[in-house]
Amino acid sequence: MKERKPKNVFKEGAISSEFIGNSIAKHQSKTSIGAHNIFLGQVRADVIEDKTVAAIEYTAYEDMANEKFHEIREATFEKFNLTCMHIYHSLGTVKAGEICLFVFVSSPRRKEVFKALEYVVEEIKAKVPVFGKEVFEDSSHQWKVNS
Amino acid sequence: MLLNIKYFGMLAEITNCNEETHEFSKTSVNELLAELFRKYPELEAKDFKVAQNHEIVSNDSNITAPEIALLPPFSGG
Repeated sequence: MKERKPKNVFKEGAISSEFIGNSIAKHQSKTSIGAHNIFLGQVRADVIEDKTVAAIEYTAYEDMANEKFHEIREATFEKFNLTCMHIYHSLGTVKAGEICLFVFVSSPRRKEVFKALEYVVEEIKAKVPVFGKEVFEDSSHQWKVNS
Repeated sequence: MLLNIKYFGMLAEITNCNEETHEFSKTSVNELLAELFRKYPELEAKDFKVAQNHEIVSNDSNITAPEIALLPPFSGG
């Protein structure tokens, strides 16, 4: 397996649909790929005690988080036959309806990408120190906990 | 040892800072937490884990690195 160095997974603000579209387009030259699978995490306008979530402000223990993303990436390449994998997570403010997590896995075969994508997303939720502050429309807030 | 302690999420709201230095002369994570709970009584009721060298460690492990982070429940994605 090729050595891969830890990358910075974080992007400031929401992940745009243009960025996601360009990522897909860049893979057209990789013709050994037969299947892509994409997960997009979107900020949900939860209603909690009559208050609606307007945005989530993300912070992270960035050094540890990038190491954890790297470990997850390495473990995923060990477990599944993937051609490539890309992970992007937002920092800062992401409004309801915008994308805060983009995971993109590619393989010659479809069965690998279905399994790999679920594995990557669940590992991210469980192991990466990212913290989301749910900001309500009236500017009050609470701290999100993954369920 | 002079520790650099980092606080995240709701914990940083309690301590009113993202990081601070703390002179520590004892041994274990538990002993460090006892000192932090004296300084910030509200921390004691919170759910969090302690990371050392970017890895989660148990509260009975020894402090060996200068950078310690207090991490509330993760909520990425």
